[in-house]
Amino acid sequence: MDSRRDNAGVVVRHRLSTRLWHWLNALLLYILFTSGLGIFNAHPRLYWGHYGANLDPAWLTLERFSGWITLPARYNLSMSRHWHLAAAPVFAFALLAYMVWSLANRHVARDLAFRRGDLAPRHVWQDIKDHARLRFPTGEAALRYNVLQKASYIGVIFIVLPLLILTGLTMSPGMNAAWPWLVDLFGGRQSARSIHFIAAFALAAFFLVHIIMVILAGPVNEVRSMISGRYRVPEDRP
Amino acid sequence: MILTRRHLLLGAGATLAGCDRLARTDSVREALFSAENFHQWAQRSLMARDALAREFRPDQISPIFRANGTSNPNTPAYKALWRGGFADWRLRVDGLVTRELSLSLSQLRALPHREQITRHDCVEGWSAIGKWRGVPLRTILEGAGLRGTARYLVFHCADMMGSGKPYYESIDLLDAFHPQTILAFALNDRPLGVANGAPLRLRVERQLGYKQAKYLMRIEAVDSLAHIAGGKGGYWEDHANYDWYAGI
Repeated sequence: MDSRRDNAGVVVRHRLSTRLWHWLNALLLYILFTSGLGIFNAHPRLYWGHYGANLDPAWLTLERFSGWITLPARYNLSMSRHWHLAAAPVFAFALLAYMVWSLANRHVARDLAFRRGDLAPRHVWQDIKDHARLRFPTGEAALRYNVLQKASYIGVIFIVLPLLILTGLTMSPGMNAAWPWLVDLFGGRQSARSIHFIAAFALAAFFLVHIIMVILAGPVNEVRSMISGRYRVPEDRP
Repeated sequence: MILTRRHLLLGAGATLAGCDRLARTDSVREALFSAENFHQWAQRSLMARDALAREFRPDQISPIFRANGTSNPNTPAYKALWRGGFADWRLRVDGLVTRELSLSLSQLRALPHREQITRHDCVEGWSAIGKWRGVPLRTILEGAGLRGTARYLVFHCADMMGSGKPYYESIDLLDAFHPQTILAFALNDRPLGVANGAPLRLRVERQLGYKQAKYLMRIEAVDSLAHIAGGKGGYWEDHANYDWYAGI
């Protein structure tokens, strides 16, 4: 976060790299999630281990997801796969580029890494209480990410998204031959498929909370800061 | 504005409908479909030419190997072959070869064979592990002698699909000469059953299930796939726009 502030209390909050990546992700993850559900519909059962088919025990069996949330709306495995497999490499390389870029320009070290005292139980508890009471930080404090925010951004960028990519690759028979360690890492192709599904819904949960927080914190100011970078610092409460 | 669930549903529906409409535009379709080329290039760049698909231990075999697609070709010709215990069945090898072959099941069984316990991955998402025994395709191709212009092998099958079109599939030479690419006549130590492709099916272990053509009748060496059936190299490729390269 760059805190060059002008007289009206407006700062440039998000870097161009963050803004570009954010909106690219909004598009790609939307395509990936909905086409992913379309692919899941071809076999809406999940297993652990190397194998799993209709006559093997499933840990989760669902009805097909309905058309309003799948891409395409009408069941079409081939088209869902085309959408998914076209968007996936773009998404993976964009994530890699963003990770490298954000480590290089110290965005991670300056804004996302936990600081001394961040993880002290009292501090975390205070942050949870503030969130529960919807008391959002004002003034200078609004320009720093709080500990729950840091944890969720780090968790998504460095855990959930890489997990989605790696489990996705593990489902590919070609990649299994190229990188045999992938199957060992997740304990089997069907385990990878299950983890892929769980991680996708973890991401969907993050998305919901993210949207709710943006709406509560002032949607116009928040969305503008992600488009132009300009963010009006909330005034201190009297 | 208060966002209701209904608004969100309508919004999601409208955007997805937009994607559907986009996907009917030729240029968008072309862009989406071209991802196949990227995946084929990327995977083959990352893997050694003969990188093996994982082979499993006997205790990892699926209790029941699920059969999918055609479970019995049920054509008069196939039924006659089946009744005769496939004694009259012959595998034809022709096209761009120096010696056309016609091989019986007992001739194939007499050739050196390979056994492999591998995972079969269906495009739908499920997997089954089975033990296959068969003749390496390389052995057959060396016997027939591929001409220099041959680029693909087309596998013609005995089963007719819903549209009355015969099933077929194709692979390129890189997969054809891979050590695990075999013509399998046994599954889990028993002769291949009808549901799994009796008397002979292809195993091409680094690709998805729809490439594993069952009920093989003829292998044709060609220089291009453009003139075979719908021209895309396989039944599902022709009829449902499945990717020809099914490594992912």
